[in-house]
Amino acid sequence: MAALGAPLRTLRALLRELRHAAGRSYRDSPAYRHVVAAFRAHRVTSEKLCRAQQELHFQAATYLCLLRSVREHEALHREYHGRGERSPQEVAGMVGFRLPQQPGGKG
Amino acid sequence: LWWAHSPPARLPRPPPAAAGSGPVGPCGRRAYAPPAERKRFYQNVSISQGEGGFEINLDHRKLKTPQAKLFTVPSEALAIAVATEWDSQKDTIKFYTMHLTTLCNTALDNPTQRNKAQLIRAAVKFLETDTVCYRVEEPPALAELQKNEWDPVVAWAEKRYNVTIGSSTSILGPNIPASTKETFVNHLASYNMWALQGIEFVITQLKSLILSMSLIDRHITVEKAVLLSRLEEEYQIRRWGNVEWAHDYDLCELRARTAAGTLFVHLCSESSTVKHKLLQD
Repeated sequence: MAALGAPLRTLRALLRELRHAAGRSYRDSPAYRHVVAAFRAHRVTSEKLCRAQQELHFQAATYLCLLRSVREHEALHREYHGRGERSPQEVAGMVGFRLPQQPGGKG
Repeated sequence: LWWAHSPPARLPRPPPAAAGSGPVGPCGRRAYAPPAERKRFYQNVSISQGEGGFEINLDHRKLKTPQAKLFTVPSEALAIAVATEWDSQKDTIKFYTMHLTTLCNTALDNPTQRNKAQLIRAAVKFLETDTVCYRVEEPPALAELQKNEWDPVVAWAEKRYNVTIGSSTSILGPNIPASTKETFVNHLASYNMWALQGIEFVITQLKSLILSMSLIDRHITVEKAVLLSRLEEEYQIRRWGNVEWAHDYDLCELRARTAAGTLFVHLCSESSTVKHKLLQD
């Protein structure tokens, strides 16, 4: 069985990721309700080693990894790959120049 | 996959191209290339249950696949996850972040038109060039690292599936006996078509059948599987330094895809039933 840690920690991190993804009304989102309901349903068991509980925990950890990686990947993309080229005005401005204004337009 | 980026929902008139197309601009774009990003055109995302399974609704429109089939998934949890993907898009729809949607589209459309046997064959073929079986001889530190990290996973697979795999430092790779391949073919045959698409996707991402199976059997976590898959890169990063815009970017993307694939397999192959225990007097 994979080393997963405490289920509560995974649940809290997962709900935090859902809040990042959804925004204001994250508590009404179907994902939030489904996750909370699933964790509640599998909590009460008389068995010490509950296979279904471990399966659910693994699924939750995987979904957490998915949400987290997508958010980090998007942040990295925005930071490094999303800008595109600078316009000629911006480039000129970087070295302190301004492009000349031609009264009749170009050409 | 080219079709993964074409807009899934079919509208009578597509909205104008999203902003931020780069230096060329909308006029310079090729006419047949689908836009990489589109503006978010819906307010609400919801799920409904139809005849074939669960469907996604963007406002009042039903989501369709790139080949214009109705988007239906067998599992409610999967539908909820896909709906969350669509709902978490802000101003623009970034298709390259919507891995679960892409996987569902692949399963529904089957654009490579492979049947179950072909998928299984493609998956098991990876064993011949499996990452964890391909060892280096130098530098010795890396060879040692591979032995310490990869040997346990190979041993686990051999025990779990009762097969012989081994590892090799030769350029031809390990010599996998036919009985081993047979065992894996039979094991994979027990999964349905959707789950198999997911399994083949994970194998292609991790470049390893053994790592994928140990992930799907819940022996290791996604983070660990990705780490083991990128073992040599991690070694070089520790040696020469990390380049955020390349290494971390690739790492996050690989984690996202692998996690999506694994979740997809589990959600497509499970059937959850709640058994209520009778109270014991």
